[in-house]
Amino acid sequence: MSDHAPARSPQDLDDSIAGGIGESPTRPDGALKVRGEYAYASDLWAEDMLWGATLRSPHPYARIRSIDIGPALATPGVYAVLTHSDVPGENLYGLKIVDQPVLAVDVVRYRGEAVALVAADHPETARRAMERIEVDYEVLEPITDPELAAHDTTLPELHPGGNVVRHQPIVKGDPEASADVVVSGLYTLGMQDQAFLGPEAGLAVPAPDGGVDLYLATQDLHSDRKQTAQALGLPPEKVRMTMSGVGGAFGGREDLSIQVHCSMLALHTGKPVKMVYDREESFHGHVHRHPAKMYYEHGATRDGDLVYVRATLYFDGGAYASKTPVVVGNGTTLGIGPYAVPNVRIEGWGLYTNNPPCGAMRGLGAVQPALAYEAQMDKLADALGMDPVEVRIRNALSQGGTTPTGQVLDYPAPVAELLDRVRRLPLPAEHDSAPADIRDLPGGASNTTHGEGVVRGIGYGVCIKNICYAEGADDYSTARVRLQIIGGEPLAVVHTAAAEVGQGLVTVQQQIARTELGVERVNIHPNDTDVGPAGSSSASRQTYVTGGAVRNACEAVRDVLLQRVAARSGESIGDLSLSGGKVVSSATGVLADLADVIGDDVIEETREYHHRETYPLDEELGTSERAQVQHAFSAHRAVVDVDTELGLVKVVQLDCSQDVGKAMNPEAVIGQIQGGSAQGLGLAVMEEIRVDGGTIRNASFTDYLIPTILDMPPMNIDVIERADPNSPYGVRGVGEPPTISSTPAVVAAIRAATGKALTHTPVAPEHIIADIPR
Amino acid sequence: MDFLRPTSWRDALEAKAHHPDATPIAGGTDVMVEINFDHRRPTSLLDLTGIDELASWSEHGGKLRIGAGLPYTRLIDELGDRLPGLAIAARTVGSPQIRNRGTLGGNLASASPAGDGHPPLLASGAEVEVESVRGTRLLPVEEFFTGVKRHALASDELISAVHIAPATGAQQFSKIGTRNAMVIAVCTFAIALHPERQRVGTGLGSAAPTPLRAIEAEEFLSGELADSGQWDSPRPLDDSVVRQFGDLVARAASPIDDVRSTADYRTHALGVMARRTLGWVWDEYRNHPSSTGRPECA
Ligand SMILES: Cc1cc2nc3c(=O)[nH]c(=O)nc-3n(C[C@H](O)[C@H](O)[C@H](O)COP(=O)(O)OP(=O)(O)OC[C@H]3O[C@@H](n4cnc5c(N)ncnc54)[C@H](O)[C@@H]3O)c2cc1C
Repeated sequence: MSDHAPARSPQDLDDSIAGGIGESPTRPDGALKVRGEYAYASDLWAEDMLWGATLRSPHPYARIRSIDIGPALATPGVYAVLTHSDVPGENLYGLKIVDQPVLAVDVVRYRGEAVALVAADHPETARRAMERIEVDYEVLEPITDPELAAHDTTLPELHPGGNVVRHQPIVKGDPEASADVVVSGLYTLGMQDQAFLGPEAGLAVPAPDGGVDLYLATQDLHSDRKQTAQALGLPPEKVRMTMSGVGGAFGGREDLSIQVHCSMLALHTGKPVKMVYDREESFHGHVHRHPAKMYYEHGATRDGDLVYVRATLYFDGGAYASKTPVVVGNGTTLGIGPYAVPNVRIEGWGLYTNNPPCGAMRGLGAVQPALAYEAQMDKLADALGMDPVEVRIRNALSQGGTTPTGQVLDYPAPVAELLDRVRRLPLPAEHDSAPADIRDLPGGASNTTHGEGVVRGIGYGVCIKNICYAEGADDYSTARVRLQIIGGEPLAVVHTAAAEVGQGLVTVQQQIARTELGVERVNIHPNDTDVGPAGSSSASRQTYVTGGAVRNACEAVRDVLLQRVAARSGESIGDLSLSGGKVVSSATGVLADLADVIGDDVIEETREYHHRETYPLDEELGTSERAQVQHAFSAHRAVVDVDTELGLVKVVQLDCSQDVGKAMNPEAVIGQIQGGSAQGLGLAVMEEIRVDGGTIRNASFTDYLIPTILDMPPMNIDVIERADPNSPYGVRGVGEPPTISSTPAVVAAIRAATGKALTHTPVAPEHIIADIPR
Repeated sequence: MDFLRPTSWRDALEAKAHHPDATPIAGGTDVMVEINFDHRRPTSLLDLTGIDELASWSEHGGKLRIGAGLPYTRLIDELGDRLPGLAIAARTVGSPQIRNRGTLGGNLASASPAGDGHPPLLASGAEVEVESVRGTRLLPVEEFFTGVKRHALASDELISAVHIAPATGAQQFSKIGTRNAMVIAVCTFAIALHPERQRVGTGLGSAAPTPLRAIEAEEFLSGELADSGQWDSPRPLDDSVVRQFGDLVARAASPIDDVRSTADYRTHALGVMARRTLGWVWDEYRNHPSSTGRPECA
C-alpha cells in the first residue's frame, strides 16, 4: 500500500458490541452516523490529490464523429483529459454481459454515457475543462419503447446480436388451459431509483508497483476489482480495493461507476485522484429499477382455485445489459407470485433501448410482477365475489409445493399463515369527525382537506422472493477469523469483503463470532480485497452466505483450540466447548483460560461458505430442479385515506407479517422491514424517474420524491421464524420481501378507496382523478 | 467568487450599486441549490444575513412591515396570529431546516411561479418595498412578478420589506403536492376575507407563468356577498355560488403540463381548493365574524 493511503473510513470499528446471535446489540457505527461524524466515501481525502470529472453524453443515441480535447487540456490546472483511446485494457465491462464501454468510442447509447474524463487541481477547474471538450455528435433517433425493441425487426440493432438481452419462457402443465372465471389486465411500472443519499465516490491512489489502490463505496469489492483490472489491463492483485463508508446502495452500487475512471486518471497522472458525483450526475451515473409492461391473464374455477396464469412481461433494460438477464430470470420464475398454479405460461423479455440503463434494485425482478399478479388476485376476488385474502390463502404456495419451474420447496413456505396473521393485526381507529391535525390527512401539511372527499381503503399484498444468487451461479462468501490475546483478553477479528451498506452486517458478523467463539471482544477488519470474495450485498444474501462463512471460520478456529486442549487434557474433543473466554468440558468443567491456551499465538483460519447448488433454467420451458436456493415471503396490509376529489393519498397504516427463518438480530430485522416497506410505499405513490425521449426529466430530489416521515405511517410488524433446514442458523433473507409486498398492498388500498383501475404504478393524483373505474 | 458581507442596510445598498451583478443571498435555500446545479455561477455573493434590521418586523399605521430577511420560522411564530394565511403557507415551505433559513424576500426575488409565499400576499394586497441608493419604491405585489422567475427589481435594487395589513377576516391557503410534506407545489390557492372592505382576495400559484389573482372570481364572490347582505348577516353559502367561485378560479389559471403534474389536473385541483377554502373561511366568518382565520395545525 502506498504512503498516500488515506485515513481508513470508520469501517474499522474498534468498539466491540455486546450480544450474541438472537440479541439486538446496537450498531457499532450507529452513534457516528447519528452524530454526522461517520466518514463516507465522499469524505475521502489525500494530500496533493486531483479531482476527476466525467463528461457525459447529452443525447440518448448518437454517433460520435470526433472528440477534440485540445482546449480542455490547455486549461490551467488540468492534468489529464482522457478518452476511449486511453483505456489501458479492455474498453468493455459488465456484470453479466460485457457490453458497456468504459468510455464511448464511436456511439453513445444513452443520455449520460461517459465519453471523456478530466483530472484537475480543483473540481470547478475540472468542470470548466469538461465544457471545453468538443464532441461532434450525429444525433440519431432513440429507441425508447421496449415492447417495440422486442418485436420490431426494422429498428436499428443497439448491440451486435440485436436488442433482446434475454427472452425466457416458463411453461408448466397445459399452457393453453381454460377456466370458468377469467380476469386479465395490462399493468405498467415506472422507473424507480435506489435514491441512496451518499453519491458515488472514490479515491484512487497510484501504487509504486504500477498498480492502484482504490478506496470506494461499493456493494461488491471483488466484482469491481475483476472488471476494473480487466479495463486497466492489470492483473487483479495490482488493483487493491478498500471499502469506505457506504451511504446506501439498494442495488445501485453493483455496476461500476467511478472505479475504472478514477483509477485511469490516477495511473495517468501519478497522483491520487478523487471523484464524487453530484446528485444530478448520480441519477445519470447509476442503474435504476427496470420499468415494466406486463400482460396478465388468470383463470380460476368458480370456487376460486387458480387453473392457469399466462403472462408476458417486458423489462426495459436501457442501453446496457447490467442485471437485465437476472431481472428476466427472477421476473419469470417468480411471475405468478407465491401461489400454487397447475398451468403456467410466462414469457419474459429483457430489452436494450436508449433509455437509462437499468439494473439491480432491492427486490430485483420480483417487484414488477408482484404489482401485476396481486392486482390480478384482487380482480379475481372481485369477479368471484370472494374476500381478497381468502382467494390468496386458498391458492397459497406451501412447503412441498411446486413452483412454475418444477422446483419442489423443501423448506417452510408459510404464505397462508402470513396472510392470516397480517389480517389479524390491529386496525387503526376510524375517524368519524375530522381529526385535529391536518398532518394526519391526505395532503398533510399542505392543508388540502379538513376531511372533505376522504375515503378509506384497505388492501393486501403478498410476495415471493428468491434469496441468494440463482440459476447455477456458484454463490459463496469468504471469511477470515483471527483469534489472539490482546491485553490479557481474547480478541477475535473478523475479516471479510462483504459490504456493510446499512443492513447491519457488521453487527451480525460480530454476534456470530461472539457466540461461536465464546469471547467478548470482536472487531471487524476493514473490508478489502486482501481476503477472498464475499459476493455482493444484494439478493438478501449476506447474513446467509457471509454469516455462513464467518460461522465456518469460527468453527475452524475453535477446532484448533479444542484440539490443543484435548491433546493436553486427554479429554474427548466432543466434550469441549468455548464459553466466557474459557474452554469448558461437559464432563469436568472449566479446563483452561483462552489466554493460556493461545498464549502469544495468532490463530487464524479462512473459510468459504457455498450454498446448495442451483441449476439453470431450460431455455424453452424454464424447468429447473432447483433454480433458486431459497424463497422468502412477506405479506402486507395497507390502510389508506384517499382524497378522492384531489387524488391525494395518506397511507394511514402499513402492517407486515414476514417469515425470517431466524432473526439473528431482531431489531435489525424490524429495521429492514420498516425501510423496505417505506421504499415500497414510495414506489406505490410517488417514486418515478420520468424519462421522456430517453432523457431523465427529474434528476434531483426536488422532483424525484421519496417518502418523508409524514408519508410513512406507523407499522405493526409481526415476525415469524420458520427455520430453513438448509441455511446457516435457519436464516431466510430479510431485506427484499418487504419492498415487494408493500407496493401492491398500498395500490390495492387506493383501488379499494376509489374504485379506480389504477394500472400504472406509482399512482399519481391525476390518475386517481382521471382514471377509469375498475 | 467574491463574498460581500455588509453589516448595515446602507452598506448593502452601496455594495449592490457598485456590484450590480452581485447575487444577493439571504437564507441561501434557492441560491445554493442553483449554484450546486450549476444553473448560475455568480461572480460575487452579497450576503444579507449580517444585517439585523432586515430580519425584523414592525407595525406602522395599521400595517405590518416584514423585513425581507425574516425567516419563515419567525414569521410563523411571531406573526402567525395576525397573518394566518401567510403562516399556513409558510408552514408548507420545505422542512423545519428550510423554514429556519428561508425568507420571504428570497421567495419573492426567486419569483418562481411555485413560490408558496406569493398567493397569500396577493390575496391580502401586500406591497413590496424595494430600495436602492437612488431611493425607495413600493410595488403592489402583482406588479412585482414580470415573468417566470423574473421580477421588477432594477440591478441596483434590493427588497427591503413587505407591507401587509393584518388579517381582518378569515384566511386560508392550500397547496397540492405529491408528497405530504416538503414538496414543491403542483399548484396553490390562497383566499382572504376583507370584511371591512366587503372584498374577497385570492392568489394562485403554479397556475400560470407568474403568481396571479383570480380577479373575476373575486369580483363575482364579493358582489354576491355584498348583494345578498351576507357580510352583515352571514348565512351558509349556496352551492351554486361556491361552485361558480371554484369554476372562475380554475378559469383564471393557464397552467402547463410538466414533470410535476398536468395542466388538466392543476385546473381541476384549483377549482377544488377554491371551493374548499371558501367553505372554511366562510364557516369561520359565520361563527366568528370578527376573528381572524386560525390555522388548523400547530
Ligand atoms: C429542500 C427545499 C425545499 C423547499 N421548499 C419550498 C417550498 O415548499 N415552497 C417554496 O416556496 N419554496 C421552497 N423552497 C425554496 C426556498 O426555500 C424559498 O424560495 C425561500 O423562500 C428562499 O429564501 P432564501 O432566503 O433562502 O433565499 P436565497 O436563496 O438566499 O435567495 C433567493 C433569491 O432571492 C434573491 N434575494 C434574496 N434576498 C434578497 C433581497 N433582500 N433583495 C433582492 N434579492 C434577494 C437571491 O439573490 C436569489 O435570487 C425550498 C428549497 C429547498 C432547498
